[in-house]
Amino acid sequence: MKPVLMCREVLVDFAGFKALQGVNFEVYPNEVRFLIGPNGAGKTTLLDVICGKTRACGGKVIFFSHDITKLQEYKIVKLGISRKFQSPAIFHQLTVWENMELSLKQNRGLFAVLRAKMSTEDREKIVTLLKRIHLLDYAYQKAGALSHGQKQWLEIGMQLIQEPRLLLLDEPIAGMSGAEREKTGELIHEIALDCAVLIVEHDMDFVRRFSKQVTVMHEGKVLCEGTMEEIQQNEKVAEVYLGREEKAC
Amino acid sequence: MKNKTWLYWLFFLALFTAPFYLTEFRLSLLGKFLCFAIIAVGISLIWGYTGILSLGHGVYFGLGAYCMAMYLKLEDSRGHLPDFMEWSGVEKLPWFWKPFENPLFAIFSAIIIPVLLAAFLSYFTFKNRIKGVYFSLLSQAVVVVFVTLFIGKQEWTGGTNGLTNFSTVFGFSLSSPLTQIVIYLLTVLLLCFIFIFSRWLTRSRFGRVLIAIRDSENRVRFLGFNTTTYKVFVYSLSAAFAGLAGVMFVLQVGLISPAMMGIIPSIEMVLWVAVGGRNSLIGAIIGAIATNSAKSFFSENYPDIWLLFLGGLFISIVMFLPNGLAGLYESFVQRKGRRERRKNEAGSHVSRSVS
Ligand SMILES: Nc1ncnc2c1ncn2[C@@H]1O[C@H](COP(=O)(O)OP(=O)(O)OP(=O)(O)O)[C@@H](O)[C@H]1O
Ligand SMILES: [Mg+2]
Repeated sequence: MKPVLMCREVLVDFAGFKALQGVNFEVYPNEVRFLIGPNGAGKTTLLDVICGKTRACGGKVIFFSHDITKLQEYKIVKLGISRKFQSPAIFHQLTVWENMELSLKQNRGLFAVLRAKMSTEDREKIVTLLKRIHLLDYAYQKAGALSHGQKQWLEIGMQLIQEPRLLLLDEPIAGMSGAEREKTGELIHEIALDCAVLIVEHDMDFVRRFSKQVTVMHEGKVLCEGTMEEIQQNEKVAEVYLGREEKAC
Repeated sequence: MKNKTWLYWLFFLALFTAPFYLTEFRLSLLGKFLCFAIIAVGISLIWGYTGILSLGHGVYFGLGAYCMAMYLKLEDSRGHLPDFMEWSGVEKLPWFWKPFENPLFAIFSAIIIPVLLAAFLSYFTFKNRIKGVYFSLLSQAVVVVFVTLFIGKQEWTGGTNGLTNFSTVFGFSLSSPLTQIVIYLLTVLLLCFIFIFSRWLTRSRFGRVLIAIRDSENRVRFLGFNTTTYKVFVYSLSAAFAGLAGVMFVLQVGLISPAMMGIIPSIEMVLWVAVGGRNSLIGAIIGAIATNSAKSFFSENYPDIWLLFLGGLFISIVMFLPNGLAGLYESFVQRKGRRERRKNEAGSHVSRSVS
């Protein structure tokens, strides 16, 4: 099977600090891939490189057959990569509905947007998605007034409505209650029916419960890959990460 | 929302009928303020909606005004050299003055020159992701450059005195009250048109993109919008408004000089919008009219304290009324709504307990 995303020897240098030191890994179609690692391992930085927010100073990022290493953000989005940020990045001054409207898959050129009208099809799409993320009742509220968990969902919804081919999620369940986490986990697996998902997550219970393949990062490198069981067996991982966590507990 | 629309119509009706109830002098003042209101609408679009603070709109206004003034000056000179050129020893009309004999060319340039300058400036700054204070400072630097240039090239621009002493436009005498009333009505019409157009813009999906850019530009980029294009477009649009305002201004005031496009006027423009409420188009219009009315009242009666008053006004608006007059009105309506709801609830309690 051909991978959706391929990172080859990706290097990132923040004024002398090497946040990524040659990352290699792949994501395959319809996969839910978890990315874990201790604080500062470079997980967020890796997502930043993939979506074009941070520039790699070496290596390549290939999405399907496109080299996206040096592409502008909006062009990367156009190819089908969408990104949910660590802190919910929604538009507080707009309503939930308007947030979704802007995220619709559409021609985002200036003149197309000037002439844009909401079609019935679009409207139905938004309604269906809002139902799925349990926000239909809040459609006309300002997004800034939602609870933290709801904001996270809204942002996931905003990614889904773009019908991406690869979805990047950075700590999607931070600040959610137990029931909300459960729903989010299920939602993520539903999403994976249509696209590949790459998730950064700290919550080990959540990872254990919803992961198939896990990649561990440490100090800007991929340490190992495998199922959660395999990883828990791995001594190196135990040393840098799980062990430390156990000790801390 | 519905009930607000008729307020807008009422407001514009009041402006259209002003020639019937205002003296010639007051009408000419109001006409001038309406030109400022046109600029204010543009500033509300870029600052209030998109979050770009430009402190350089005096230049776009000035360029528009100068373009129109060049035509008026040439019409006044009737084939001779304009007077100020003779005084500075120029022998032949400079080549770039020539086309301004044509009024349509003059009006066209009054829009397109500010737009080109704004597009050029904003494209290179926004593309390189320069924003916030840096952009504001840059826009001020442009003002300084142009003012210096216009003062320095006295033989071409009239220097510090600017361009003045016009007699006719399209052959009609500028000093006749009838011509002035027609120009006033055209200004109202233009303002009305610009207001409706901007309102349509802000309420369309395009407007939501602008607000989203103000909220978090990065996020908009990751939704796949090229935010640079959007910002350049609104910025240039507001420059076009300012240029048009300059045209109407010169026709009514009969004078444009570098002092009118300098740093202080540029900052004052932002102030009008702050006073009216930057997130509201009608607020910006009312802010421009109110601030300037206060200015002419104070400078007629107490010329010394006007600047102090202006400073005080700005400080108090920033501290107490971040959304200006429009925000004040909104919160008043909300409070009234809440009070009525409470009254209704209390009423229904009473009726329930009675039954
Ligand atoms: N813009 C930046 N400039 C300089 N250093 C940075 C920058 N962004 C991140 N870093 C550093 O790079 C390293 C990796 O950061 P990153 O945010 O990718 O970690 P992470 O794995 O996402 O951690 P966390 O689990 O805390 O979110 C950290 O040491 C961080 O301090
Ligand atoms: Mg992180």
